[in-house]
Amino acid sequence: MSTGGSTRAASRTTSGQAPAPRLAAPSRAAGLVVALVVLVAIALLSIAVGARSIPLGTVVDALFHRDGSDSSYVVWSIRVPRTLIGIAVGASLGVAGALMQALTRNPLADPGLLGINAGAATAAALSVGVLGVTDLRVFVWFAFLGAAIAGFVLYVIAGRGGSSPVRLALAGTAVSAALTGLTQVMTLLDTQTLDQMRFWTVGSLERADGGTLVRVLPFLVAGVVLALFLARPLNALALGDEAGKSLGAHLGRTRGLTLLAVTLLAGAATAAVGPLVFVGLAVPHMVRAITGPDQRWVLPYCALLAPALLLLADVLGRVIAREEIDVGVVTALLGAPLFIALVRRTKAARS
Amino acid sequence: MTRTLTKTRAAPRTAARRSVLVCVGLAVAILGFGVLALGTGSISVAPLDVVRTLLGNGSRITNFAVLDLRLPRVLIALAVGAALGMSGAVFQSLSRNPLGSPDIIGFNYGATTGGLLIILLFGGGTLAVSGGALAGGLVTAIAVYLLAWQRGVRGSRLVLVGIGISAILQAINFYLIVNAQIADVARATVWLTGSLNNLGWSQFWPLVIALVVLIPLLLAGASRLDMLEMGDDAAAALGVRVERSRVYLLIVGTAACAIATAAAGPIAFVSLTAPQLAKRLTRAAGAGILPAAWMGALLVLVADFAAQRVAGASTLPVGVATAALGGAYLGWLLWRRR
Repeated sequence: MSTGGSTRAASRTTSGQAPAPRLAAPSRAAGLVVALVVLVAIALLSIAVGARSIPLGTVVDALFHRDGSDSSYVVWSIRVPRTLIGIAVGASLGVAGALMQALTRNPLADPGLLGINAGAATAAALSVGVLGVTDLRVFVWFAFLGAAIAGFVLYVIAGRGGSSPVRLALAGTAVSAALTGLTQVMTLLDTQTLDQMRFWTVGSLERADGGTLVRVLPFLVAGVVLALFLARPLNALALGDEAGKSLGAHLGRTRGLTLLAVTLLAGAATAAVGPLVFVGLAVPHMVRAITGPDQRWVLPYCALLAPALLLLADVLGRVIAREEIDVGVVTALLGAPLFIALVRRTKAARS
Repeated sequence: MTRTLTKTRAAPRTAARRSVLVCVGLAVAILGFGVLALGTGSISVAPLDVVRTLLGNGSRITNFAVLDLRLPRVLIALAVGAALGMSGAVFQSLSRNPLGSPDIIGFNYGATTGGLLIILLFGGGTLAVSGGALAGGLVTAIAVYLLAWQRGVRGSRLVLVGIGISAILQAINFYLIVNAQIADVARATVWLTGSLNNLGWSQFWPLVIALVVLIPLLLAGASRLDMLEMGDDAAAALGVRVERSRVYLLIVGTAACAIATAAAGPIAFVSLTAPQLAKRLTRAAGAGILPAAWMGALLVLVADFAAQRVAGASTLPVGVATAALGGAYLGWLLWRRR
């Protein structure tokens, strides 16, 4: 988590100079195991901590012996689904953020910050308010549609040369502001929509259950797998369009598939828990500090460490205040200072 | 921008004349639309009777409908719109980016947090809420400025830091609302969308007094703003004290945004669109504070008129209409600037 490393990662994406990876290949593989252990540890913490805290020993016991006891009930019916949703959503947003930063060559890219998550939320709100959709299985498709449209708009803006981090971030903020306004119209016109959308406007793991997980998981897995296949062509594109082409990467196809992966990941994650900001921003920076810029390492590390961060934020929200603080609020409070630190260190913001 | 700059340098007098013409044209449009807004509603008053009532020769019923019921709302719409337009012109010029308006980079979120804190924690009255919003906006501006400082402040860094701060403020606003008493939340939610409902003369006068103080301060900064827009080095060469001017403009620009937010809540997109639309009409270089003020006033007036009538019985907050108008405009702007 060295901040000096994230500086280098940030300047790499803007100036094109790749730093040497911090770790050699065997230790990068070992690091991946460490990341997995960290994730498992935080997942256990997330199962143990809450309105009714359960000792870790009892948690492990309840996980292996599903009996009728109170602890077993709390663990299996509330904490485990919530933790699994957190892992799935966190992995998706982390990978989506890494993909977007690679695609736009912009260190400040994040599906929440650039309005992709807001696009998904707005489309889903419209489907609830206008079409009366209540089934997650149906409105996840609207979330995809919204994420895809927002992603396409952003890509069109960023696609033509000369898109600076400022331009992209502003365009994303502006697009999300317009979309949030649209969601507001729906909720003001129809209180029933308001009621359904309320937990969504901020992003919360509280209402997500096992059913939610089952319904969005196929899309999330598809997105992550697609992302792993994109690692190599994205590495080629990182050298610039011309160099990438000469290395045999198909520019159009790689960009199209990357947008598709981002849409799947951000759309399904938003459908499950609402729009979250900054999860996809922070983790790729920390990861690049460990692994260097090679996407074949960046993506799997992100898939393990982003959920760890999201679960940690969720646990923090449960313990720091008497009333639970939604995870979307915590990620914003944690992510924004990091964003500002990145802004202060990024060369691109000095233009 | 370079194109318009050179054009203006070639013929400054024509451009100035054009700006005056645009302001006059917008004022005429405001008068016409104002008469329409004052005359329509559940009690219908003919345009000529509206004018007669305004001049003091109305019947009792037209006096009630036009002067008591609708005039304060129309005047508040104009004042709020003008303040937002001017604030947007200052910020877009400071950040040298047409998207760098206070509603995008988060200064009105700061004002909102200030107002919300007063409503939710202290249950304060209108004046206290206004004070809270003003304080919130100014504290935000100072924080953003300090965080963006690195041997001077660049427009782009100011904008990006503003985006980060606005994310924090939005999170705080959300947390405040979720954990408040339901009666306060209802009041706060309406205010949060930006609404002119239930506003009267008692909200109008503080707003006007604030504007009377602010407009000369804004206009005094306008020439320095135009020079800053050419670049820091060029401005310094012309004798402008760059950082001091930037702080001054940031403060008066934030104050304009905050007093509008204090009166009516954060009305989205007016400060983004008004200066840009005005600029397209005047084709002048520089910030164009006055044309932006007229344009902002017209936009809020029209948006409020539409919001009151579009949804049948329920009166939508004006912020909803400006968000819809602004969203469409924004799409076009982004498309054009690809």
